[in-house]
Amino acid sequence: MTSAAATPMSARYETVIGIEIHVQLKTASKMFCRCPTDIEGAPPNSRTCPICLGLPGTLPVANRRAVELVLETGMALEAEIVPVTRWDRKNYFYPDLPKGYQISQYELPLTRNGRLAFETSEGPVTVGIRRAHLEEDTARLVHAADPGGRRVSLVDFNRSGMPLMEIVTEPDLRTPEQARRYAEELRLLLRAIGASDAEMEQGQMRVEANVSIRPVGEAAFGTRAEVKNMNSFRSVERAIAYEVERQERVLDAGEPLVQETRGWDDDRGVTYTMRIKEGSDDYRYFPEPDLPPLRADPAWLEEIRGRLPELPAARRGRYTAGLGLSPYDARVIVADAGATALFEETLAAAGGLGLAGVTPKLVANWVSGEYLRLAKQATGEEVELAESAGAAARVRPEELARLIGLVADGSLSGTSAKQVFERHFTAGEPVEAIVTDLGLTQISDRDALAAAVEDVIAANAAAVADYRAGRQQALGFLVGQVMRATRGRANAALVAELLRGGLDDGGTTG
Amino acid sequence: MASAAELRALTRLHVREMAARLRAGHFTARELAEAHLALAHAQDRALNAWASFDDERALAAAEAADLRLAGAHAAASAGEKVAPAGLPPLLGIPVALKDLVVTRGRPSTAGSRILEGFVGPYDAHIAERLDEAGAVVLGKTNMDEFAMGSSTEHSAWGPTSNPWDLDRVPGGSSGGSAAAVAAFHAPVAIGTDTGGSIRQPASLTGTVGLRPTYGRVSRYGIVAFASSLDQVGPFGRDVRDAAALLQAVAGHDERDATSAPLPVPDYPAELPDPDDEAAALLRGVRLGLPREYFVKGMEPGVEAAVRSAVRALESAGAEIVDVSLPHTDYGLATYYIIAPAEASANLARYDGIRYGHAVRDGDVLANYLATRGSGFGAEAKRRIMLGTYALSAGYYDAYYVKALKVRTLIKGDFDRAFAGADGQPPVDALVAPTSPTVAFPLGARLADPVAMYLSDACTLPVNVAGLCGLSVPCGLSEGLPVGLQFIGRAFDEGRLFRLGRAYEAITATADWRRLEPTDLPKLDDPATPTPAERTARLVRR
Repeated sequence: MTSAAATPMSARYETVIGIEIHVQLKTASKMFCRCPTDIEGAPPNSRTCPICLGLPGTLPVANRRAVELVLETGMALEAEIVPVTRWDRKNYFYPDLPKGYQISQYELPLTRNGRLAFETSEGPVTVGIRRAHLEEDTARLVHAADPGGRRVSLVDFNRSGMPLMEIVTEPDLRTPEQARRYAEELRLLLRAIGASDAEMEQGQMRVEANVSIRPVGEAAFGTRAEVKNMNSFRSVERAIAYEVERQERVLDAGEPLVQETRGWDDDRGVTYTMRIKEGSDDYRYFPEPDLPPLRADPAWLEEIRGRLPELPAARRGRYTAGLGLSPYDARVIVADAGATALFEETLAAAGGLGLAGVTPKLVANWVSGEYLRLAKQATGEEVELAESAGAAARVRPEELARLIGLVADGSLSGTSAKQVFERHFTAGEPVEAIVTDLGLTQISDRDALAAAVEDVIAANAAAVADYRAGRQQALGFLVGQVMRATRGRANAALVAELLRGGLDDGGTTG
Repeated sequence: MASAAELRALTRLHVREMAARLRAGHFTARELAEAHLALAHAQDRALNAWASFDDERALAAAEAADLRLAGAHAAASAGEKVAPAGLPPLLGIPVALKDLVVTRGRPSTAGSRILEGFVGPYDAHIAERLDEAGAVVLGKTNMDEFAMGSSTEHSAWGPTSNPWDLDRVPGGSSGGSAAAVAAFHAPVAIGTDTGGSIRQPASLTGTVGLRPTYGRVSRYGIVAFASSLDQVGPFGRDVRDAAALLQAVAGHDERDATSAPLPVPDYPAELPDPDDEAAALLRGVRLGLPREYFVKGMEPGVEAAVRSAVRALESAGAEIVDVSLPHTDYGLATYYIIAPAEASANLARYDGIRYGHAVRDGDVLANYLATRGSGFGAEAKRRIMLGTYALSAGYYDAYYVKALKVRTLIKGDFDRAFAGADGQPPVDALVAPTSPTVAFPLGARLADPVAMYLSDACTLPVNVAGLCGLSVPCGLSEGLPVGLQFIGRAFDEGRLFRLGRAYEAITATADWRRLEPTDLPKLDDPATPTPAERTARLVRR
C-alpha cells in the first residue's frame, strides 16, 4: 500500500469531491439559549438549561454574535449575503436531538455562492462555496456499561444547542490534496476572523467529504460516498485517497457502487460502511415558527464588513510582494497564528527600538526557522500546523528583535544567537541577560583573536601547507579551528581576515 | 370552615370588588383563596374542571398578599404616601392556569398522559408576571390534550362538564378554565387560543374570553401546540375582569422572539364603571358584520341571539355595515394544514427519554413506538399524522405551501375590511357569532372529528390572520349561553374590551344577565356522576 499523498490517480477516472464542514462557532453562549459554550472538559449535562434540553414550553432566541460570525465568514468567502434569511426545522427522531427537530437553515441560508482560493503542490485552485448557514449542534451520546455490566447509552446535552456553521462546497475538488488544502485554508480563514478555533481533534471542525469517480470525459457524476470521522487534515487526505482507490477497484471489478455513508478508520487506514442510503431522507423541513425571519440591515452589514481582518491570502500577498519574503516563509508564517503574531510584533518592535538592520527577511528566517522548530518540538511531532500560539506568548517580540539586531551588527554569532533564543524560548529571560550569563558576546577585537589565530596556524601545519598550495577550503578548516578554540564567540569574518593576513605574510612558522 | 352562604358570597364577586374589599379589610386574601379552593374541591367530582390543585402554594401566596396589604395599611396609617390603592390590581386575587402553563416544581400535563409526572423546572413568563402581581394561583385546569379539541373531551384525565348543563361539554380546548370561571372556582383564568380555544368555551359557558393578537403575550413556558397560532389569553366573568388579567400578563418578553416589543395600554383604565358612560363608547363606532360568519349549520337560536345583539349595538349608536370576508370558507382547511404541521414537530420532543411517560420496549425505535403509542391520545395522534403527511416530500408544496398562501389571502380579507375597500367604508371592528352552536352533549361529536372541527369555523380565521378576538355572552338559546364575538385589528385589544364593556352596559338589565349557570353541582355529592360517567351513559343511549 502506497502512502496516501503519493497514490497515483488513475488516468481512466476523474475524482469529484465536495466538502461539507461543520464549524463550532466561538461565541460566549449557545445558539438559542444563554448556556455558556465552555463545554470542553465540563462535567456531563452541566452546561444545560430548559431550552437546550428541549423541555416543554421553551422557545429559541437566536444568538446575534453567531449570525455575525457567519456573515463575516460569508464576506471573507466573497459570498452573497441573503437580505432576508429564515430558520427551518429539520425533523427526525434520535436521542441526541431533544426537540425531535434541529433548527437549521434550508431554503434561505445566510450566505451562498462564495469561493475560496488556495495553493496546492500543483498550483493555485479555487473552490466554489455553495452555502454557509447556521444551525444548532446535537447532544452527544456516550455508550457505556452500567454497574451491572449491561450496555447503556447515555446522553450528554452539553453540546446540545452549540452554534454550528455548515459550509458546503460545490463538487469542484479533484484530488485528495486539494481537499486537504481547502480545509486547511478554510481553518486559517476562520481563525483569522475569530469565528472558530476549528480544532479538529476537539470536534470544533468536522469535515465530511462527498467522493465519487467517473470515467474521464463523462459529464454525469458517479455514485457518491459520504466519508466521515476524519479528525485531522492528514486523515482527510488519506481517507479520500483510500476511498478513490476503493471505488476504482469496485468499478474495475465490474461491480456497482452504492450510495452510502462511510467512516474513516485512521488506525487501519480504510473506510468502512456506516449506513446505506435507501432513497433520500425526508426531513420534512418547514419554516421555524418560533423565530421571525432575519433581515440583514445594510448598516449592520457594513459594520460587520468593516470589522473583517486581513485574510490569509491577502497577508501572504503582502508578505511576499510588500516585504520581500519568500513564498515559503510567507506560507509557513501565515499558516500559524502564533508565528504570524510573532513576526508582526517583532517587526514592529524592531521599528520601535530603531534597529534598522532587523529586516523583514531576517525576522521571517527566525520565525519560520528556529521559532517554529522549537514550537513544534514543544507541542509534539504530530502537529500538522504548529499549534504555537501558546509558545508565541513566551517569546517576547522586542527580545527577538534585539537578538536579531545583535547578529546583524556582528555582536553575536549565528550559532550563539540560536543558543540564546532557545533559552529565551524555554525560560523567557531577557536576551541581554542570557548573553551575559553565557559569556557569548562575540569577540571582534583583533588583539584578542591574534593569539588564537597564531596558535591554530602553528598547530595545523598540513592545512597551512594546503592553503599555501592554493586549496581555499583549507581556510575554512582553519577558521573552524579558531571558532572552536573561542567556543564559537569569535567573529568568523575577522578570523578569516586575520588568518589570511598571517598565512599570506609567510607567517611565523616559515 | 366557612358556611355555604359565605362561600357563595365571596366567590360571586368580581376582581375589582375583591380587590376593593381586600384593601378595606373585609376579608383576607387567605379567606378568599380558601373559599375558592373549598368550592372548587367540592365540585371537582361533578365538573372535573381541574387537572391539579395547588392549595399549599396558593395559601402561601395568599398569606404573602395579606402581608403586603397589612404593610400598606400600616404605612398609610403612619401617614406615608403608600396608599393601599397603589398595590397591584391582582394582589390576593385567585387565578386558575390552564394545564399547559409550566410552573416550577408543579405538574403540567397539557391534558396528556405523555406528560404524566412531568414537573416543570422553570416558570412560564406569565407565571412570573402573575407572581409579581401577587395573584394567587389555585392550580391548573383541565384541557383537550395539547389544546387539540373543542370540547375538553380529549383529555387524558377525563372530560369536563359544563356548569350550565352537566351533560354537556364546556367547549375547548380551555374548557377547564371556562368551567372553573363559570362555576365561580376562580374569578379569572388563563387559557390559550390556537383556533378558538378561549373564545369558543367562553361562548359555551357564558363567560368572557379574549384571544389576544399573536405576539401580545409571551408564549415562553406555554406547552406548544401550533407555534404560529398559539396565544395566551384571559377568561373572566365580565370584561373588566378579563382586561385586568390580560393587563397583568401582556407585554414584550425577550425569551419569545415572536413577542411584540410594543407598549401595553392600560386596559382596565379605559373601561368605565358607570353603564351610561360605557354605553356611550358605542357612539360613532362602525362595526362590520361579515356575512360569511353566519355559516351553514348554525343553530337558529344562536343566530337569533347574535342578530339581536347586533341590533342592540346599532340602537345604542353603532353603525353596522355588511362586509364580506370571501376566503372564510378556506379557513378551516388552511388551519388544519398549518396547525397539525407545526404540532407534528412540536410534539416530537415527547420521546420518553428525559421526562414524562416512558415505556421501555427494546431498542430506541421500539421505545419510541411504545412510549408515543401509549402516551398520546387519538386526537393528538390524528393531528401528528395529518401534519407529518402535509410536510412530507412530494406533498409539502401542495399542502403546506398552499396553506401559507391561503393564509395570506385570509389575512388580506381582514385587512381590506379594516381599511375599507370595494366601496365599503373602513370598520373599527367586526362583530360575529363566536360558535355556531350552544354547548353540545358530552360524546356527541367524539366520533366525528370534522363536526368537532366545525365548532371553530367562526374563530379560527382570527388565529390564521394573527388578530385578536373577544367573546362576550349575548343571551341564551334553549337555556344555554350564546357568545358574541368582536374581532379587532392587530394589537387593538383595548378597543375590543371597550366594545365588550359597552355591550355589557347596554344589556345590563337583560333577564339572562341575572342568571347563574343553571346546573351548578351540589357540593361534595358522592352520588353525582363524573363527566366521564355521564359521557358513557349518553353515548350508550
